[in-house]
Amino acid sequence: MTSAGQQQAAQRLADVVRDEGRRVLATLARTTGSLTVAEDAVADAVETALRRWPVTGVPDEPRAWLTTVARNKALDTLRREAARVGKEADAVEVAALNAPEGPPEASVVRDDLLRLVFTCCHPALQVEAQVALALRTVCGLATADVARLLVLPEATVAKRLTRAKQKIAVAGIPYRVPDAEDLPARLTAVATVVHLVFTAGHSGGETLVRPQLCDEALRLARLLVELMPDESSLQGLLALMLLTDARRATRTDADGRLLTLAEQDRSRWDADAIAEGARLVEAALRRSRLGAGRFELQAAIAACHACAPSLEQTDWADVVALYDALLRVEDTPVVRLNRAVAVGELAGPAAGLAALEAVGGLGRLHLWHACRAELLARLDRRGEAVAAWQQALDCRPSPPEEDFIRRRLAGTTG
Amino acid sequence: MPTYAAILYSSRDADWTAPEEGPVMAEYGAFSQVAGPAVTGGAALFPTSTATTVRVQGGKGGDVLTTDGPFAEAKEVLSGFFLLDAPDLDAAIALAAQIPAAWDGAVELRPVIPMAG
Repeated sequence: MTSAGQQQAAQRLADVVRDEGRRVLATLARTTGSLTVAEDAVADAVETALRRWPVTGVPDEPRAWLTTVARNKALDTLRREAARVGKEADAVEVAALNAPEGPPEASVVRDDLLRLVFTCCHPALQVEAQVALALRTVCGLATADVARLLVLPEATVAKRLTRAKQKIAVAGIPYRVPDAEDLPARLTAVATVVHLVFTAGHSGGETLVRPQLCDEALRLARLLVELMPDESSLQGLLALMLLTDARRATRTDADGRLLTLAEQDRSRWDADAIAEGARLVEAALRRSRLGAGRFELQAAIAACHACAPSLEQTDWADVVALYDALLRVEDTPVVRLNRAVAVGELAGPAAGLAALEAVGGLGRLHLWHACRAELLARLDRRGEAVAAWQQALDCRPSPPEEDFIRRRLAGTTG
Repeated sequence: MPTYAAILYSSRDADWTAPEEGPVMAEYGAFSQVAGPAVTGGAALFPTSTATTVRVQGGKGGDVLTTDGPFAEAKEVLSGFFLLDAPDLDAAIALAAQIPAAWDGAVELRPVIPMAG
C-alpha cells in the first residue's frame, strides 16, 4: 500500500466520519440513551476503520460498517455496566439494542439528528456548553478542533463537554423533539446557538474570520432547514448567514485590513450565496408574514445590502423600515445603533447623529463611538470626530478593528 | 424513572403554619393534587429562626459546634423540598414550574442518586 493510497483512504474515512459518523452517533445516542457511550463507541469504530481500511479498502457501505461496529462496541460497554451494577432491567434494554438490523432508514437518521440538536441546545445546559456540544456531536468535530475554533484551551473544552454529557445522562435531559407548545422557545435556543457559532467565526479572535467555524454554522443551519423546512426562523437564519458570508472575501484587503461596506469590491461578493440567501429571505418572509422574527428581519436587511449594486443605490428607506420592524421584536441598543446608521444614509448625517445620540447604554461599545465619529466627520465637525475615534479606541476593540479605527483617525486628522 | 429533588427557595422567611399563609398552603395543596403520584415525598420547613447548624471540628468524633441559624444566609430561603418521579428533565421542569416557590423564589432540580436495594 502506497502512502498516497493510505492518505486517500484516511481522507475518505475523514469525509465519511464527518458526514456519516455524526449520523451514526445520533442514532446510537438514542438507542443507548447515553451520549458518552455512543461517542466512545463511534470513536472506537472510527479507529478500527482507520486501521483496517487502508489494508482492506473502504467498504461499499461505510455507514453500515460503522454502524455495526459502533453498535457492537456500545453493546459491550452497556453489558459490562449492567453486570457491574447487577441490573437485570438494563440488560433487557441491551438485548433490544442487540437485535440485528441494518443501518437505520434515512427518516430515522433525520429524526435522531434532530433529537440530538435539541438535546445539545437544551436550556438546562449553559450556552457555552451548548455551542461546544453542537460542534462536537452534531458537526462531528474532534475536541481539539472545537477548542481551536472557539479559541479556548483544549482542557477547558474537554471539561465543558464532559460536564455537559454527564448532566445530560444524570439529570435526564431527553433525546426528543419538544412538543409543539414548547417548540418556538426551544427553536430560538437552537437558532441562537447556530448563530453564535457563526458570529464566533465571523468576528472573534485575533484574525477577523475563522472560515471553518462559519462553514460549520452554515452546515448546521442547512441541516436544520432540511430537518424543519416549515420554520421561517431557520430559513431566515440560513439566509442571514449566507448573505453575510457572501462578503467574506471582501471584508479585508490583501493585508488583512478591515474594509467598510463602501470600500468593498461588490463584484467579488459570492453571487450564488446572495441568490440563495435572497430566495430564502423571500420564502421566510412569505411564510412568517406579519410574525417575522429577528432572523427573518436581519436576513431581509442583509439582503437589501447584498442585492444593492452600490452603497448609494441601497434602498435605505427599506432598510430603516426593516429596522423599525426588528425593533418591535428585539428592542436592543445595538439594533437602535444600526438603525441610526441607516437613518444617517437615508436622511443625512445630522439626522443619523441625532438618532445615534438618542441611543443610551452603549458608552462602552467601540462601534457606537466609531459610528458617531464617522457621522461627525461627515458633518465636518473634525475635533469632535477625533475625540470620538479616541473614545472608540479606549473601548478595547479587537486588533483588526483597532487598526481600522486608527486609519480612520489618521484620515480625519490628516 | 429518575427521581428528582425539587429544592424550594422562597423569597420570604415565612412561618408556613401561620393562618395568614393559608392561601399559599392551599396553592401547595393544589400542586400536590395536580402532581398526584409524581410526588413521592417532601416537607415544608419552619423558618430559619428555628434552624440550628451543626459542625464537627477535627474529623469524626471531634468537637461538636452548634450555631443558631441556617447554614447560609441568603436572600432566598430554603423553605422545603419535594421528591418527584418524572420520566425526564423536561417533565420534571414542567412539574417544578407548578410549585408556588417557582414564582415566589426558585426551585432547584437535582437528580437523586439511586441507592441499591
